[in-house]
Amino acid sequence: MTASAAPACPTLVVDRLKIVGVPSMAVIIDEISLEVRPGEILGVVGESGSGKTTLGLALLNYCKSGTRVDDGSVTVGNEDLAKLDWRAVRQLRGRTVAYIPQSPASALNPALRIGTQLQECLSGSAETVLSRVREVLREVALPDDDAFLQRYPHQLSGGQQQRVAIAMAFVARPALIVLDEPTTGLDVSTQEHVLRTVRDMCLNYRCAAVYISHDMAVVAELADRIAVMYSGRVVEIGDTADVLADPRHPYTRRLLLAVPDLEARRPMLGIPGHAPSPLARPTGCAFAPRCPMAEEHHATEAPAPVDVGPRHTVRCHKAHLRLPPVSVSELPRPVSAAAAGQPVIEVRSLQAGYGPIRVLRDIDLSVQAGECVALLGESGSGKTTLSRCIAGLHTDFTGELLLDGDPVPASSFKRSRDQRRRIQYIFQNPYESLNPRRTVGELILQPLRALHGRVADPAEVVARALEQASLRPDHAYRYPAQLSGGERQRVAIARALAAEPEVLVCDEITSALDVSVQSSLVELLRQLQSRMGLTLLFITHNIALVRNIAQRVAVLEAGRIVELGAVEDVFARPQHAYTRSLMQATPNFQLPPGLHTPVVSTATSDAR
Amino acid sequence: MRRMLLKRCLFGLVTLLVVSFVVFLATQALPGDAARAILGREATPERLAALREQLNLEGSLPSQYLNWLGSLLQFDLGTSLAAKQPVTGMIGPTLVNSSVLMLSAAVVATPLAIVIGTWSALKKDSAVDHATGIVTLVLAALPEFVVGILLVLLLSTGLFHLLPAVYVGTPGQQVWNDPAQLVLPALTLVLAVLPYIVRIMRATMLEVLDSEYVQQARLKGVPERTVIIRHALPNAVGPVAQVIALQLAWLVGGVVIVEYLFRFPGVGFQLIDAVANRDLPLVQALVLAIALFYVVVNLLADVVTLAANPKVRTAR
Amino acid sequence: MSAVPVDIAAAPAAPTVPVQGKIGLLRRALQRKRTWIGLVLSLLVLLVAFLGPFLTPHSPTAFVAPPFTPAGSEAAAFGTDILGRDVLSRFLAGGRTLMVLALLATAVGVGLGAAIGVIAAYLRGWADEVLMRTGDVALAFPQIVLALLFLSIIGPKLWLLVLMVALGHLPRVARVVRGAALSVVERDFVRAAESVGIPRWRIMLGEIVPNISSTLAVEFGLRLTYSIGLVAGLSFLGLGLQPPTADWGLMINENRIALTVQPWAVILPVIAIAVLTVGTNLVTDGLAKAAVGSDSGVRA
Repeated sequence: MTASAAPACPTLVVDRLKIVGVPSMAVIIDEISLEVRPGEILGVVGESGSGKTTLGLALLNYCKSGTRVDDGSVTVGNEDLAKLDWRAVRQLRGRTVAYIPQSPASALNPALRIGTQLQECLSGSAETVLSRVREVLREVALPDDDAFLQRYPHQLSGGQQQRVAIAMAFVARPALIVLDEPTTGLDVSTQEHVLRTVRDMCLNYRCAAVYISHDMAVVAELADRIAVMYSGRVVEIGDTADVLADPRHPYTRRLLLAVPDLEARRPMLGIPGHAPSPLARPTGCAFAPRCPMAEEHHATEAPAPVDVGPRHTVRCHKAHLRLPPVSVSELPRPVSAAAAGQPVIEVRSLQAGYGPIRVLRDIDLSVQAGECVALLGESGSGKTTLSRCIAGLHTDFTGELLLDGDPVPASSFKRSRDQRRRIQYIFQNPYESLNPRRTVGELILQPLRALHGRVADPAEVVARALEQASLRPDHAYRYPAQLSGGERQRVAIARALAAEPEVLVCDEITSALDVSVQSSLVELLRQLQSRMGLTLLFITHNIALVRNIAQRVAVLEAGRIVELGAVEDVFARPQHAYTRSLMQATPNFQLPPGLHTPVVSTATSDAR
Repeated sequence: MRRMLLKRCLFGLVTLLVVSFVVFLATQALPGDAARAILGREATPERLAALREQLNLEGSLPSQYLNWLGSLLQFDLGTSLAAKQPVTGMIGPTLVNSSVLMLSAAVVATPLAIVIGTWSALKKDSAVDHATGIVTLVLAALPEFVVGILLVLLLSTGLFHLLPAVYVGTPGQQVWNDPAQLVLPALTLVLAVLPYIVRIMRATMLEVLDSEYVQQARLKGVPERTVIIRHALPNAVGPVAQVIALQLAWLVGGVVIVEYLFRFPGVGFQLIDAVANRDLPLVQALVLAIALFYVVVNLLADVVTLAANPKVRTAR
Repeated sequence: MSAVPVDIAAAPAAPTVPVQGKIGLLRRALQRKRTWIGLVLSLLVLLVAFLGPFLTPHSPTAFVAPPFTPAGSEAAAFGTDILGRDVLSRFLAGGRTLMVLALLATAVGVGLGAAIGVIAAYLRGWADEVLMRTGDVALAFPQIVLALLFLSIIGPKLWLLVLMVALGHLPRVARVVRGAALSVVERDFVRAAESVGIPRWRIMLGEIVPNISSTLAVEFGLRLTYSIGLVAGLSFLGLGLQPPTADWGLMINENRIALTVQPWAVILPVIAIAVLTVGTNLVTDGLAKAAVGSDSGVRA
C-alpha cells in the first residue's frame, strides 16, 4: 500500500465494544476496537474463554441469552447496528453479514432440504433465486442439479455439509462474513480444502471476513491481519506479517512459541499459569500474573492501547520494551536403534473391527523399552482402536499381542494383575475420563486399589504421583470440576503413574486442550520418558506434535500402517503418498528468529 | 421405512401374543383351581366340573392355551359367567362408549396442549409461562379420581349445579345423545393427560429453539414466524408424538377409574364389575382389548415419529 | 478425532463449584420456594397420617350418632358418615396404611427398576435386549389394569397390592434409569476403571450409580406421587383395605353417593390426597430442576 492511495472505507468498524452477562454484569468482552476493509481477512485468535465467539456473534447484532451490549458500537457498511430496529436487523443478517458456525452439521436443519435452506436467504423471483443458488453451489464445487437441492443434510458427507454452510453464507453476496472456528475437528486435508474455498470466495466477492480460531498456525496462513484476544480484550492487533515478525505483547509471543514446529527446529513451550476465569476478570492487565515483566501496579491498572507500527496496536504497559528471548530446553533426543531396549509391546498381524466392519488390517508394530512411538492418522484411520486393543478395552480382534514376548489376553478383565499394571492408558478428553464424584486423591488411588487391594501408604502415593505430574499437593482434595482442563489431564497422568507402569498409551491427550496447555503436557511427557525411562505410545493427528515428542512414527491410513520408521527419516523422505499429502496439508508455521534463545542441550525450561 | 414399519408391526403382534399368554396364565393357571376360586368352598363337584369345562380348564396347560387362543382368533371370547351371555356381544357397546369418551378427550386435549406448550415455550419465563408451569405441575400430581371428585364438587353438587354428577342413561340410549353427560368424565380425562403433553411440548420446543440450526436460521435473517413454523416445529413433532401416544395409551388405564366414578357404561366400568363378580371370561376379554388398543396407539405414534424424521423417510 | 478445545467457561478453575452428590442436590433444590412449599405440604399430610390414629376422638368403626349428622354437631365435629361413624376419626385413622403401602411399593419398584436399568445399560448386548423388550411388553398393561387383573383373581391382599403397584413401576423406572446410565456408561472414566480391571459390579456401584443419583432421586419422587394415587385409587375401587376399616380411598367410595348430604366424608380424604400428591410432585420438580446438569442423563 502506497502512502498516496486512499485507504478503502472499512466494511466493519468496532468501537470500544463491551458486552456483559446479565444479571451478573460480569464483563465478557471489553474495549474491543477493530476495523476490517473489503477483501480483508481478520484472524481473531484466542484460547477458550477469551470471548472470541461472543465478539463474532455481536458482529451480527446477536447476543446469546444472558448477555447484552453494555457500551460501544458495531458499524457495518455505514450502519450502526445498535440503531437498527429488529426488521432492519433481520434484513442485515444473511444479506449484509453472514455467519459460518463452528459445526455445520448442527447448524443445518435436519428436517429441511438443502435447497429450501439455501433459498430462504434470498428474496426475489423464484427463478433468479434458484439460479443464484445454483451459481453459488458451483462456486464451492458442489453439484447444482435438482437432485442435490432435494437432499437432506444427513444425506451429505461432512465435507459437503461444510461446503453447503459456506455456500449459504455467500449466497446473498454479503459485505462481511463471520467464521467461527469452521475447521475445528476437521482432518488436515479437509481443513486445507475449506480454507482454500473460504479464501477464494472472499477474494471473488471482495468480502471482508472475520475468522475466529484458536489455531495460530491456521490464522497465520489465512489472515491478512491478526487480532489476539486474551481474557475478553484484544491485546494485540496488526498485519499478519508484522505480528508474526515482531510480536510486542508477551502473550502473543508465548502463544507463537506454544505452536509446535512442524520441522521440530525448536521445542514447543507452554505458558505457565492459566487465564483468569471469565466469571472473574481482573481490573488490570489480565496477563500480569503470567507475565515475566509484570510490575505490581499492572494487576490493577489496565494498559492503554499503544501504536507500535502502522496499523499495529498493543495493549501492554511495556509495549515499547524489547522483550528478551525466551530460553528453551533441549529437543527430543533420538533414541538410536542400538541404544533402545528390548521390544516391550509387540503387535503381530492384528485385525480388528466392530462386528462385520473391519477397521484395522495386518498391523505389525513393536515398541522398544524407553522409546516413544507415535501413531499418526486422521479420524477413522483406526488409531484409537489400535490403542484400545493394546489397553484391553477393545476385544474384537485377531492376531497376537505380546508384552515382553508373552501373549496377553484381549480383555483387560482377563489380564493378570501385573499385565494390567504395566500398561496404563490416558484418554483423550479429561472432562470425560475422571469420575466427577471422586476427589483427585481417590482417583489416583483407584487403579492401585484395583491392582493391590489395600494401599500401604495412600497419602505418600498420592503426593508422589501429583508431584510427578507437576501438580500441587492440595490438588488431592479437589474434585475434577474444580480443575482446569490441563490440570485434569495431569491428574489422569498422575493416576496412570501411580500404578507404576512401564508403558503409557496416550490417546490424543492434548487435542481437547488449548495450545499453551498442550505444549506443557508434551513437555511433561518428554521429561517422564527421559527421567523415568517410560515407554510411550503417543496417538495423534498432529504431525508437529509427532516431531516434537516421538522417536519413531507409524502412519495409519484406513486401518493399515502405510509408513513406519524413525521420525526424521519419515518426514525428511516420506515414502508413501499419504504421508506426503498429510505433510503438504499441514500449515507450516515459521517463527521469526529472535523469539527464543538458540537451542542448547542443557537449558532448563521455565514452562513448569 | 417400510421395513421399519413392518418390524414395529411384528413387535406389536408379539407383544399381543405375550399379553394373551400372561392373561391366560393369570386367569386360568395361577390361582390353582380357578373354578373353585370362583364358586367358593361349598361348590358341588358337578358344578365345578361344568365350570371347568366352560372355562377350558381341562387338558394340559399348553393345549388349554392353544384352545383358548384358537377361539379367541374366531372372536369367540367365551360366555360371561355372570350374565350368561356371549362376551363378544357384551363388550361391543361398551367398547364403543369408551372409544367415544376417550376420543372426545383426546380431540380436545391434544391440540390444546400443543398450543399451550408452544405458547409457553415462546413466552419463556413470562408470567403466563410460570402460571402454566404451576398449573400443569399440580394437575399432573393429582390422581384422576381426585380430579373427578373435585370437578363434581365444583360443577355439579357444590358451587355450581351445571352438570350431572353421574351418568344416568336408559338402556339402548347412545352415550353421545346427551353430550352434557359426557362433559364431566371427558373433562376429567382431559385434565389428566393435558399437563404431560404441555410440559413435553414446552421442553421439546425450548430445546429445538435453542439448537444451532435455529440460531443459524435467525442469523440468516429468516423471519421469526418462519423460524418457528418451518425450522422449529417439524423437529419437535417426533418426540412429542411419542408422549402423546403414551398419554393416549394411558387414557385406557385412566378410563377405568373415571368410568367407575361417573358410572359411565364403558369398558372400565364393565371391568370393575367383572372383577367384582369374578367373571373371568369377561376380565380376559377386556384386558386383551385394552392391550390391543395400547399396541395400536403406539404403532400409530411410531408411524408419525418415523414420518417426521427425514432420515428415516429417505431410507430405502 | 475432534480437537474441540473445551470451554473454560463451562468449568471455572476457581474452587467455587457446588459440592457434588445428594446433599448438594437437596440443598440446591431447597433454594427454590416451590420445593419448600412441597415439603411443608407433604409433611403436613404425613403428620396427619402417622399421628392421626392416636388422636381420634372416637373409635373409627363405632356408631356415634345417626347417619349424616351434619358437621359442627357435638358428637362429631365433621359429622357422621353413611353408617353413623365419626368422619373426623375415620379421616385421622385412615391415612397410615396408604402411606406405608405407597412408600413400600415405590421403594421396591424404583429399587428393582434401577437395578435392571443399570445392568441393562452397562452389559448391553443380549441382556439389554431381553430386559428392555420384556419391559416393553409389560408396558402394554396400564398400571391399574395390571393390578386389577391380579387382585381380582388372587383377592384383595395388601402384599399383592404393593407388589402390583411396584411391578407396574418397574419397566417405566428401568427405562428412564437405563437412559441416564447409558450416557454415563459411554464415558471414559468407566473405560478407565475397566482398563485396570475393577470388577463389573463395583464399576456399576462405584462409577455409574453415583453419577445417576439425581435421576434416581427424581424418579423416586415421581413414582411416589404415582404410587399414592394408585394405592388410593385401588382402595377407592374396593381392592385395598376392606370395610369396615378406616381408609381414605374407601371413605371416598362409601360416601360419594351422599355427596350433597355429607360432603365432608369425601372432601377431607380427597383434599388430603390432593395436598400430598401435589406436595411430593413439587418436591420432585425442585429436585429435577436442581438435577439439571448435575447428572449426565437427567431430563428437565
